[in-house]
Amino acid sequence: MSGTPHRHFHDELADLKARVLQMSADAQAALGAALDAFRERDAGRANAVIEGDQAIDSAELAIEETVIELLATQQPMARDLRFLTAAMKIANDLERVGDHAVNIAQSAQQLLRHRAVAPVPELAEIARQARKMLADALEAFIRNDPASARAVCRRDDAVDALHRSVFRIVLTHMMEDPRSISAGIELVLVSRNLERVADLATNIAEDVVFMAEGRSIKHHARAGEA
Amino acid sequence: MHLATERLTARYHGRPAITNVSLGIRPRAITAVIGPSGCGKSTFLRCLNRMHELSDGGTVEGRVLLDGSDIYGPAVDAVEVRRRIGMVFQRPTPFPTMSIHDNVAAGLRVNGVARRRIGEIVERSLVQAALWDEVKDRLHGSAMALSGGQQQRLCIARALATEPEVLLMDEPASALDPVATQRIEELMVTLKQDYTIVVVTHNLQQAARVSDYTGFFYLGELVEFDQTARMFTNPSDSRTEAYITGRFG
Repeated sequence: MSGTPHRHFHDELADLKARVLQMSADAQAALGAALDAFRERDAGRANAVIEGDQAIDSAELAIEETVIELLATQQPMARDLRFLTAAMKIANDLERVGDHAVNIAQSAQQLLRHRAVAPVPELAEIARQARKMLADALEAFIRNDPASARAVCRRDDAVDALHRSVFRIVLTHMMEDPRSISAGIELVLVSRNLERVADLATNIAEDVVFMAEGRSIKHHARAGEA
Repeated sequence: MHLATERLTARYHGRPAITNVSLGIRPRAITAVIGPSGCGKSTFLRCLNRMHELSDGGTVEGRVLLDGSDIYGPAVDAVEVRRRIGMVFQRPTPFPTMSIHDNVAAGLRVNGVARRRIGEIVERSLVQAALWDEVKDRLHGSAMALSGGQQQRLCIARALATEPEVLLMDEPASALDPVATQRIEELMVTLKQDYTIVVVTHNLQQAARVSDYTGFFYLGELVEFDQTARMFTNPSDSRTEAYITGRFG
């Protein structure tokens, strides 16, 4: 059970929103810490991200349990129903963000076994853009702002393009210097994880539009047309 | 069959209970009417088969069209209107001194149906109301020996016996337990293949479960009418939203 049985339904919704926000702060912090560990070759920090993922997983389960309980006991309608379904999906996406942070932290640990490779500016840029998309999607969720959410969706193509650039650049380095292959693979994996974080930010933004407007913009060619 | 209201206003002693309601009822579908207490939804229902005019001080303006003809027209027989547009009430209302059989047959005798056809119509109505199997061996027993849910299905059978085209239901399951409620709801979904159903309900989940269309009344006005799935996930009007999410009413 979440809360006391006699608690008002709308208080339960407010509490659930606060828990999603806390989970989003934790997932963003994990991603930031994983990227710091990667950039600074910091094994301790990478380890902390890996160990901290359990808390994010638990938060997702607790949110899911609360949503199912409220669906079963309160039979919510309209915006309350949309909020609950969005909260469950966003919690699921945030849990996946946590998993990508763990993957990045593991790549950071792997990189320690190899000599340092030349920094790839595009990788720093994809990290900046993916984190910003995630932060903006969650801000749109807090503000229930579909216009900002749509703007997030439109940025996903740029991140995909950056990921392809990183792949090409790193591939070139690996072909030029086979000793950099192991480190290069980790860079590509980090880029791939960041590209997936941007996808999850897009999912969250799409859920915010559904929550606010009651219509889905998923699978449209361009979110701006939906 | 097509039922519609045009600028329907109903009053009690001159005071309006519903105002200017224009609504097309979709044939062979279930239309739910929801709204807070006193919003006029039961009055609306009672206008649809000329029962409102039987209330003390009850008057009606505007039109209720059944297949294009105004049921309030000067040459229209109100009894015939109520035969074509049957009604089931909140509490089961079997005639207490009559048997199960005679409860269903009551309306037939009033309408002058030949005695030899009555047995066949009673059976068909009880089958349609999903009650036949439970009562076929005790048709001449008292209707009062039935459970509340069975009594309500008996009343539905009685309403069906006169071969109405529309079935109006005013909170038909509000006095029943969850199992009996489920049976009534299943019955409604079955009946809509042959009948047009309008149901007034306080139970939003019931409206969401059984109806195809929903109208929301507030302060005597029809605020919103839409497909039920849309109404309960993304209503257009902020008053509907506030009501169905429990923020007022």
